[in-house]
Order: sequence, then structure tokens, then C-alpha cells
Amino acid sequence: MNYFIILTSLMKILGVIFLIILPMVSYSVYAERRVSALIQDRLGPNRVGPAGLFQPVADAVKFLLKEDFTPAHVNTFYYWLAPCLAMVPAIATIAVVPFGSTLLGVPMVIADINVGVLYVFAIASLGVYGIVIAGWSSNSKYPFLGGVRSSSQMISYELSLGLAVIPIFLLVGQLRLTEIVRYQIEHGWMIAPFIGDWLNVQKWLLAIPMFVSFCVFTVAIFAETNRLPFDLPEAETELVGGYHTEYGSMKFALFFLGEYAAMITGSALIVTLFLGGWHLPIPSWNGGFHWTYITGDAEGWRGIAGGLFNIATFFGKVAMLLLVFIWVRWTLPRFRYDQLMRLGWVFFFEIALVNIFLAALMIAYFPA
Amino acid sequence: MPALLFWTFAAMTLVFGAAVVLNRNPIASALSLVLSFLGLAALFMGLDAFFIGIIQVLVYAGAVMVLFLFIIMLFDLRAEERRRINRVAVVGGSAVSLALFVQICLVVAELRGSHDQFPALPATRTDDVRDIGLLLFNNFNLPFQIIGVLVLVATIGVIVLSKRELR
Repeated sequence: MNYFIILTSLMKILGVIFLIILPMVSYSVYAERRVSALIQDRLGPNRVGPAGLFQPVADAVKFLLKEDFTPAHVNTFYYWLAPCLAMVPAIATIAVVPFGSTLLGVPMVIADINVGVLYVFAIASLGVYGIVIAGWSSNSKYPFLGGVRSSSQMISYELSLGLAVIPIFLLVGQLRLTEIVRYQIEHGWMIAPFIGDWLNVQKWLLAIPMFVSFCVFTVAIFAETNRLPFDLPEAETELVGGYHTEYGSMKFALFFLGEYAAMITGSALIVTLFLGGWHLPIPSWNGGFHWTYITGDAEGWRGIAGGLFNIATFFGKVAMLLLVFIWVRWTLPRFRYDQLMRLGWVFFFEIALVNIFLAALMIAYFPA
Repeated sequence: MPALLFWTFAAMTLVFGAAVVLNRNPIASALSLVLSFLGLAALFMGLDAFFIGIIQVLVYAGAVMVLFLFIIMLFDLRAEERRRINRVAVVGGSAVSLALFVQICLVVAELRGSHDQFPALPATRTDDVRDIGLLLFNNFNLPFQIIGVLVLVATIGVIVLSKRELR
């Protein structure tokens, strides 16, 4: 075994989780509260630190210091297990997502495996267990209803999630996520192929099914992460708090963090598949128009700066998508449960199927 | 795959496989089955068969077992936990499974290839997704299509049957 690979992998895992994902989770909670306040013409949390920036720290301390209460009527072992199961899959999916080019010659992806996106779907499909077990082990009717709703909702939307990405793989011919990013560096983003021979009409025609895929995939990610307008498992107006009604203190916080971590990994996936991943071509004029790429390949400090710039680009794109998640949440009302199911099975499933057919036709008869 | 990891995941698969049968609580059984599947998936990946390992997780642990849980949760589990163990069934069941195990061992011992050592995995990883896809769509295209039609027929049949009951 190569110790260099083990050491760098370990550093990448620790760095991504503790330096990027967890701070991002706590600050997306803060952003959620501030943006919702902005949308509703309120102030939001602005007391702790400048503009309320230390609010996540105060919240974490509050969650940790609260009494860790376990109700008497719950199934204790599973009641404790559920919050962990909600958190782990959300973070584990980030392992295959390339979040940067290279830094000091080390590729910025934790595990570059050839089944890439299938791995993401497999781990994400395990995320439902946390919610289902929480609902069942609480031995109380509202959490139970939340758990049952969540299991059927996740299974329904996993279908459109899986079908929506097939046009991309028809085009790229690979499941490996680094290959998909490489394709987009050469040909432009999936939904906007402006790089290379960008006047080619067929390339832009092909971008239409990609855009449909992008829409279906994004909606399915909303449903998979239980975000409004699809947060039926925890609809407060009907189910009190849904599957986490009986939870308090840090155990509740883990569900909360799990939801935001799932949002971040979902956004990371959307960015990788449709929005060009970690690269950001900069338009420049040097004896004719061309795109300038920044990578981590250069010598010395330029390489390090380039690598860091790519990582920042990736998580910048993710942060933009997180803002969209928040924006949608505070703009749209919640769907009814039967509407949600109808939407998933009658509309998105069919749209995704027809879209695959269209994309296959275009790739076969009008190759770009 | 290092031997330590192999033994860990093999033990995980077997222990939780046994737990499926030994647990009194059906939910605990179902979750043990999920863990057993995960161990099996890890063993597949140790053989560089990433596609099969991931499909194992995606289809069995992620979809089939969620549906199982969904159904089990709708039952009254207390009745199941209170039920007494039927001694005759336990002894009979153990005898049958032991007989099956002995038979399998005897058959495997007779096989020609079972005494040879397995060849080592190739040093460079093959792209198993591409290989499986090429094989499936070039050599076995017709059986693949037929299976698709069969699954479609089964799906439509289930919908027709359940709709008739509703009316």
C-alpha cells in the first residue's frame, strides 16, 4: 500500500469535512435565517457578533448544553441510531465529487471510482433509513406518519433522479465524475456549451435536453433532501415536526445538520454534472478573444493559488445553488401529499423518459 | 483488498446474516439484512467489481429493503415479539439448512475448478461498467430486451390487479 495516497486521502477527507462542509452547513443555517428574514421584510438574527455572524457558534453551544432527554416511550437503541444514520450518508456522498483541479500535484477528489454517480445514488438511497427509523422508533403517530411519507417520497423521486442524468452519460460515455468535468472543460457546461466551437448549432440543440435534465434533476434533489416545497415528512402544519417531533438537543441538531449537508452534496452534484464543476473560464482578449483557464498545474505559488482558486470556484458555485434552495423555500408553498406523488410519477418520470429518448435521437442523428 | 478488510467485511456479512434469522423484532431483522448486504457489497468492491458492489447497495439495500421496512412498519410488531418459539420448527429448519449446507459442500468439492487456486486480480483495473455494458448490449441484447418486456408485463399486471380491488 502506498502511504502517500493514504496520507493525502486522509488529509482530503478531514479537510473537506471539517474545513469546508461543516462550516458551510452552519453558515447555510445562518444564511437561511437571514435570507428568509430579508424575504419576509424582517431582520433575522443580527445580535451575536457583527451582523449576527457568530450566531452558528451560539447555536452549537446551545444544542450541546441542552439536557439530552430521551422520552420513556421510545425504542431507545434505534432512537439513538437514527440521527447518526441521517448525517453519515449526506457526508459520504461527497467522496466521489471532484471539488478542485490539483493542489501540489494531488488531484482534488477523494475517490475517483469508475461508477461515480451510481455511488452517489447508492449512498443517497441509504439516507432514507435515518428518517424512517426515527419515525418508527419514536413510537408516536406523527413521527411515524413522517417516516412512512419520507420512504415513499424518496423512492418515487429516486427514479426521476436516476433517469435525469442518463442523457449526460449518453453524451460523455462515462460514469466517472472527473471525466464529466473534463468533458465540460473542453466543450462548455452541459446546459450552456459556450466553449470550443460554440457557434455550432447542434451543440446548442443538444443543450436543450440537458437543460430539461437539469430541471428534473434539481427538482428531484429538492424532494430527496426534504426541502420545501417537498418537505412533507416534516410538514409542521399537519405532523407537528414530522419524523423528528420526539427529538431534542444535539440529536435534533444532527437531523438538522444532515438536511443541510444533504443540500450541500446535492448542490455539489448539480454543479459537477451540469454547471462545469470546478472550472471557471475567464474571457480574455490577447490578440483575439479566447478563454483563460486557471488550473493547479503551474509551478510554485501560481500552482497553489490556481488549485485554491478552483476549489473556491467549486464551493462558490455550490453556495450560489444553496441560495437558490433557500430562495425557493421561502417563496413557494408546500405541495399536498397526493400532488407530490402525482408530480413525481406522472410528470417528472415521463419527462425524464422522453428526454432520454430525445437526447439519444440527437446524439445518434445530429452529432455535434 | 488487504486481508484484514476482507475478514472484517466477511464477518460483518455472516454475523448480520445470522442476526436476520435470530432477531425477534422484524425491523431489527430487516436492518441486519441491510448491513449484511453492505458487507457483501464491500466484498465485491474488494474484487474490483465496483459496478456489482454499487448495484448491490443501490438496488437491495437502498430500494428493496426500504420497501420491506415500509411494509413491516405497517404491521403490529408487538404480536410478533410476544409469539413463542416453536421448538419443532427450529429443529426442523436447522436440520434442513444443515443438510443443504453439507450438500453444497459436497457438490463444490466435486467441481473441477474448486481445487485450483484462483488467479490473482490483474494489476491494472478494468473498466467493469464498460465491459458489462458492451457484453450486455452486444452478446445478450435479445435476452435483455425480453427481460425488459417481462418486467413491464409484471408491472402492468400488478397495477391492473390492485386497481380492480380498489373499485
